[in-house]
Amino acid sequence: MSDKVILHGRNVVPGRVEGEALVSHEPISGWGGIDPARGVIIEPRHELFGVCFAGKVLVFPSAKGSSGWSGFFQTTRLSGTAPIGMIIGRISAKSALGAVVTRVPAITDLDTDPCAAIATGDWVLIDNSTVEVTKR
Amino acid sequence: MFLTDAEKRMRDGAEGDAVAAAMDLLLRYGYALGAERLCDIRNVAGTMTQPSPVKARLVAEGGWDKAFAVINLDSDLDLTVPQMRVPTCQLQHGFGPDSVDIVPYPKANVELQDDAEAFYGRHGVNILATCTPYQVGNLPLRGEHCAWMESSAVIYANSVLGARTNCEGIASTGAASLTGKIPCCGNHLEENRRGTHLISVSGTTVESFQDWGMLGYFAGGVAGEDHPVITGEISRPDLTELKHFGAAAATSGGVELYHIPGITPEAASVEAAFGGPAFGGPAFGSSAKSVPDPVVYGPAERRAVYETLNEIGESGDVDFVLLGCPHASVDQIRQAAGLLDGKRLSAGTELWIMAPRALKVMADRSGYTEVIERAGGRVLADSCPAMSRAAPAGTRVFATDSAKQAHYLPAILGIEAWFGTLEECVAAAVTGRWNGGLR
Repeated sequence: MSDKVILHGRNVVPGRVEGEALVSHEPISGWGGIDPARGVIIEPRHELFGVCFAGKVLVFPSAKGSSGWSGFFQTTRLSGTAPIGMIIGRISAKSALGAVVTRVPAITDLDTDPCAAIATGDWVLIDNSTVEVTKR
Repeated sequence: MFLTDAEKRMRDGAEGDAVAAAMDLLLRYGYALGAERLCDIRNVAGTMTQPSPVKARLVAEGGWDKAFAVINLDSDLDLTVPQMRVPTCQLQHGFGPDSVDIVPYPKANVELQDDAEAFYGRHGVNILATCTPYQVGNLPLRGEHCAWMESSAVIYANSVLGARTNCEGIASTGAASLTGKIPCCGNHLEENRRGTHLISVSGTTVESFQDWGMLGYFAGGVAGEDHPVITGEISRPDLTELKHFGAAAATSGGVELYHIPGITPEAASVEAAFGGPAFGGPAFGSSAKSVPDPVVYGPAERRAVYETLNEIGESGDVDFVLLGCPHASVDQIRQAAGLLDGKRLSAGTELWIMAPRALKVMADRSGYTEVIERAGGRVLADSCPAMSRAAPAGTRVFATDSAKQAHYLPAILGIEAWFGTLEECVAAAVTGRWNGGLR
C-alpha cells in the first residue's frame, strides 16, 4: 500500500530518474558548504551537517553563498559523489548552472513546496516536468 | 530561446568547436534558467587558473585544453582553447611562488598555477588574481551587462556600480569568454532589479567598518536571495565598508543586489528603490504603496549578529589573525601598518593581510609592507586561506575583521573564529589573546 503524490513544475535539466529523497529545509552552500570528494554537507550550522547526498535525489529550497556552487557540484559528478537528481524550490543562476553541470534530471517552480511535500526517505521519480512522490 | 543569426552560426560550429561547445552550455543553462534570449557582454570575471585535484588530473590527461573543456565549458569533446573573444579576467586563485616558505600550501599547486597563468595569459586572460576586480581597474559602467562570478564582486558590481550581472559560475563565465554572450534574465532585466525588503537601522548607528559588515550579515539573513533596501541611521559608507557589507550579505544569504537610497546609483529615494520615480521611468499613481513595512535593525539585532559570528570562538588564545577579506584596499593596509608600527607580534601568532597584487605593489612602494613585516606580519597576494585551504601550521583559533571569513573559515579549516574590529584583531596578534567585545 503506497501513498502517491504528483507534483508539477518546470523542467531544468531533461531526464528521468528515481531514488530516495534527501530533503534540506535550509538553502545549501556549494563552496564552503559541501565536500565534493565525499559528497557530504560540511556547513557547521546546517541541518544536514555531516549527511551524504551521493546517490540521492537532493530536494532543497535554494542555493546560497559563493558562486563556486556549480563548480563544486560539477566536481561531485567528476568524483562520483553526485546526487542523482535535484528538486529545487526556487532556482537561481547558481543552482541552474549547478544542475546543468552535474548533468542530473532537475526540476523547479513546483505547484507545491517540495521541501514540505517530500520527506527524507520518500521515494521520488523525476520525469521531466513532474515529480511522483511515494511516501515512506 | 531566441537566437540571432550570429548566435546560431556560433552554435552550429562556424567559429570552431570550442565556441560551439560554449554555445551549447549557454543553451542548456539558458533553458535551465527559463531565459528567453542571450545578451551581449564584453566583461567576464571568471576562474581558470585555480588549482584543484580534479584540474590537476585533467591537465595530466590532456593539458589545459582538456581542463578548460571539462571545467570551463562542461564539454567532453577534444577542443583547442581559442583566444578569449571579449575582455576576461581571472579572479582570486591559489597562492603564488612568493608565498612559498610562508604559507603551508602544496608546491605542486604553485607550479600548476604558474603553468596555468602562462597558458591563459597567452589566450588573452588578464590575470588580476583578486576577488575585487573593481579595485584594480575592472570597473563596469552603470547599466553594463557583465558575466561575473565571485559573490562579493557580483553584489558590488550590481549594487554600487549599477552594472548588471547574475552570480555566474565557472562554466558560464568560461562559455561567456569565448562567445561574448550570457543568458539575459534575472539581474540583467530592469524589472528584476527593484528592492524587495526594507531594512531600517534604528536605535543604533551604522558607521564603522565592523558595523557595515554586521548589517550586511543581517541583511542577507532577512532578504535571502532578494534585494534589501537599507535606510535609517547610517553614515555615508566608503568603498571598503560596502565591500564588507556586500560580502557579508552574499554570505549569510544569496544577495546579489541591494539599494541604499541616496548612495547607490539606482535608488535616488526609498520609493525609487521599490520601483517608484527614477527607477523604471516615470511612476504612475502612488508608488509609496509598494514600499513594504520595514524590518528594524536595532541594538538587539546588532547584538544577535555579533554573537552568531562569534559562536565558534571558545579559546581566547589566538594563533592567527586574518585581514583583507574581500581583498584589502591600500588604505586598509595603511591602517593595519599604522597599528603595527613599532609593535611585535606575539610568538606563536601570525598575521596575514590579503590584497590584490597590484595594490600590494603600491603598499610596498608606500612603505606599509615594510612596517607590517617588521612587526612580523605579512601582506600576501592572489589568494586567501579559504580559497587555498591554507592557514599557518597548527592554527586552532583565528581572529578576523571580516564577517565573511568568520562565517566560512571554521567550516573550511575546522578552526575556531573570533570576529571583531581591526584594532581588536591587531591587539590579538600582538598579545596572542582575544580581548574583543561589542562596543
